[in-house]
Amino acid sequence: MYKITLKKQLSKDIKLMGIEAEHVVKNAKAGNFVILIPHENGERIPLTIYDWDKKTNVVYIIFQEVGVTTAKLGMLNEGDSIFSIAGPLGKHFHVEKFGNVAIVGGGVGVPAIFPIARALKEAGNNVTSIMGFRTKELIILEKEMESVSNKLLTATNDGSQGQKGLVTDVLQGMINSGPKLDLCVAVGPVIMMKAVAELTRNYNIKTIVSLNALMMDGTGMCGGCRVTIGGKNKFSCVDGPDFDGHQVDFNELTSRLGTFKEEEKASLHHSKIQLVGR
Amino acid sequence: MAKKERLKVRTQEASARVKNFDEVPFGFNEAEAVEEASRCIQCKKPTCIDGCPVNINIKEFVRLIAAKDYQGAIRIIKENNSLPAVCGRVCPQETQCEEKCVMLKTGQPINIGALERYAADWEAANGKIEEVKITPKLDKTGKQISVAIAGSGPAGLTVASELAKMGYKAVIFEALHLAGGVLVYGIPEFRLPKAIVKREVDYLKKLGVEIRTDVLIGKSYTVKDIFEMGYKALFIGVGAGTPSFVNIPGENLKGVYSANEFLTRMNLLKAYLFPEYDTPVKIGKKVAVIGAGNVAMDAARISKRLKGVEEVHIIYRRSDKEMPARHEEIEHAREEGIIFNLLTNPLELVGDENGFVTKIKCIKMELGEPDSSGRRSPKAIPGTEFFIDVNTVIPALGTKANELLTTNVEGLKLNKWGYIEADPETGETSLPGIYAGGDISTGAATVIAAMGAGKKAAKAMDTYLSRE
Ligand SMILES: Cc1cc2nc3c(=O)[nH]c(=O)nc-3n(C[C@H](O)[C@H](O)[C@H](O)COP(=O)(O)OP(=O)(O)OC[C@H]3O[C@@H](n4cnc5c(N)ncnc54)[C@H](O)[C@@H]3O)c2cc1C
Ligand SMILES: Cc1cc2nc3c(=O)[nH]c(=O)nc-3n(C[C@H](O)[C@H](O)[C@H](O)COP(=O)(O)OP(=O)(O)OC[C@H]3O[C@@H](n4cnc5c(N)ncnc54)[C@H](O)[C@@H]3O)c2cc1C
Ligand code: SF4
Ligand code: FES
Repeated sequence: MYKITLKKQLSKDIKLMGIEAEHVVKNAKAGNFVILIPHENGERIPLTIYDWDKKTNVVYIIFQEVGVTTAKLGMLNEGDSIFSIAGPLGKHFHVEKFGNVAIVGGGVGVPAIFPIARALKEAGNNVTSIMGFRTKELIILEKEMESVSNKLLTATNDGSQGQKGLVTDVLQGMINSGPKLDLCVAVGPVIMMKAVAELTRNYNIKTIVSLNALMMDGTGMCGGCRVTIGGKNKFSCVDGPDFDGHQVDFNELTSRLGTFKEEEKASLHHSKIQLVGR
Repeated sequence: MAKKERLKVRTQEASARVKNFDEVPFGFNEAEAVEEASRCIQCKKPTCIDGCPVNINIKEFVRLIAAKDYQGAIRIIKENNSLPAVCGRVCPQETQCEEKCVMLKTGQPINIGALERYAADWEAANGKIEEVKITPKLDKTGKQISVAIAGSGPAGLTVASELAKMGYKAVIFEALHLAGGVLVYGIPEFRLPKAIVKREVDYLKKLGVEIRTDVLIGKSYTVKDIFEMGYKALFIGVGAGTPSFVNIPGENLKGVYSANEFLTRMNLLKAYLFPEYDTPVKIGKKVAVIGAGNVAMDAARISKRLKGVEEVHIIYRRSDKEMPARHEEIEHAREEGIIFNLLTNPLELVGDENGFVTKIKCIKMELGEPDSSGRRSPKAIPGTEFFIDVNTVIPALGTKANELLTTNVEGLKLNKWGYIEADPETGETSLPGIYAGGDISTGAATVIAAMGAGKKAAKAMDTYLSRE
């Protein structure tokens, strides 16, 4: 059992949690994730490590309540414990000095780009972060992202804050006007990562995406997280989650994410959970 | 001497058991155990013992059962085997002790497996768990010497139990949230009830073994960290957990699960109790399992027990005789109505417009002339392609080394398949203080082989630690 030391509501369906887990914190790096189980009969779900504190051994995660497990996690409070948390999992983000970097985060992908932006900035890169949300009320981590970026740009679908439109519109603008980009990183909904990768392909900009395939063990033991990269089968939990965005079969990933659609509905119904904002 | 025929264990009727997850064989009652044990002729040269990978004194424990001294029987077994309730259920006795029993000549070897299970179950129900006196092994500063173990499968559990009994502080690190390895995530409830594994794990805790779940060696702590944290030696027993796929088109369609994924969802995460448990599994009316080993039989027999499943197929490219699964498993599968498509090779999985698998394209095979190794290799018969309708496909084609730990340790010698090179007698690896055993050094094998390796490694580790 691992103690919850902090819980904070960031927007209507997104929460931040701090959990005491020395074994996760000790070797945590940007790009790693955890697999946790809220309670004994629960499901194992992957969540990106947003931040960590080596002094207190607390790991921070940020999650959106989209189904039974994230909703049940959201019901726990400071002082409660979660049943299981394993990590740090996945290959961490490969940090070096690339030069001009654009980092794109959409929705609940923003917490995932935070530690990557921080590490890339610390390594001397010129980091421009682009965050995309549907509307102003849903924006999270604005101050935090500002602190780890040389420049922060925001897009909202309805124009209620920042540029009206999609993150790709902002990125296109950057490509048109700015110095040549040496690297692009994109984390968010599959359709966003796919759009970013399609855009950057035209300009030959190396693009790393972090894939959110369905996972179970996170140790390379089940193959449920398999994705096709450049025509080859890869396990995203151990070979990834970061991959070359220009090589990913996004359509297959989207399809596989729908494997348990009916069961997810049944599970919500069974647990009598009403999701916020859906 | 009573009657000469080997006594079989009674089992649940096939028609009843396909509707539940309860254990299939009931096990002997006392009268049966005594009767079967009395058939043993107490050979001068008990060859059965040579057939046992950990050399249990079979002759003696069988004699004690015949004499109704069950406490004595279990004590003898436990001298060599710390997991008898597990081994009595899952060991392939027909290729081990029973194959070497002199009575095999009459076609009626002693039912050693069922007797081992009887003694273990008797102890669980009636026996006093015998107190083990442990004298802690201390270092120069008076602190108990601690040893780390990566992986809680039968290899790791055995090392921990042996070292704890010798007085070391044994700490097991397990990647998953439950201890037991394949015993909890692979082998189904109806062959090995999880309560039994839990009982064994609880016993280890009583011996002072500490189990830290959710910790991946190589990730949470590196091997270097382990030694920096004060552990004086490390045993690696991380198993051979990486699944293989057939590598045919369509394998990434929805509804295709590796046997590992399917079994883990079922056994470890209890997806068969969904939605009481939160982990789902989507299984359609028609299930096909590719392969014919033990893992394939387990996957097929679990499928057969799921609500809504009407048809379960095994697809295997060779014939009846070559099926690698235990005889008993194949027999149980047949009784339960699993359909065997032998000499059949899958070519392609076909899906619908939503990306769910709907059909397997197969081709008929025939066995060719024996090759240099004497094995008859299967060849496709041109023009015999056909389709099997399916909603779920489970490739069960064996596993490979899990590289999570092994590739992250500098200087650790691996063989060409990625398994750790470890001395089969001692478990020593290319690095001092680091030992390995079980599936991660031999490739997928058996529970008892993993235990045997653990036992030898513990002894060698003790020698090493006493020297240091
Ligand atoms: C490496 C990795 C890192 C992740 N990091 C985060 C994170 O930091 N914050 C966060 O909120 N979410 C993250 N996710 C997604 C998160 O794991 C899922 O939202 C979660 O598993 C949903 O579980 P549930 O039971 O609440 O919902 P479910 O009922 O299982 O699913 C509800 C909906 O979410 C979708 N979904 C389910 N699993 C995933 C998944 N793995 N990825 C994307 N969509 C999924 C389903 O298709 C479905 O539409 C990450 C996923 C991966 C693989
Ligand atoms: C479905 C199935 C059925 C079987 N049926 C039988 C049978 O009937 N009879 C029989 O004798 N054998 C059977 N076997 C084979 C037998 O189970 C194995 O040979 C045996 O379990 C191997 O033991 P092990 O200790 O080497 O590894 P495992 O049992 O595989 O345990 C390894 C453990 O290490 C953990 N681990 C992996 N990586 C790390 C890491 N980096 N850090 C920490 N922990 C880690 C894993 O999560 C796992 O719990 C079966 C196998 C399967 C899959
Ligand atoms: S070989 Fe068979 S008959 Fe002889 S001692 Fe062993 S179990 Fe008994
Ligand atoms: S989640 Fe099981 S192999 Fe990746």
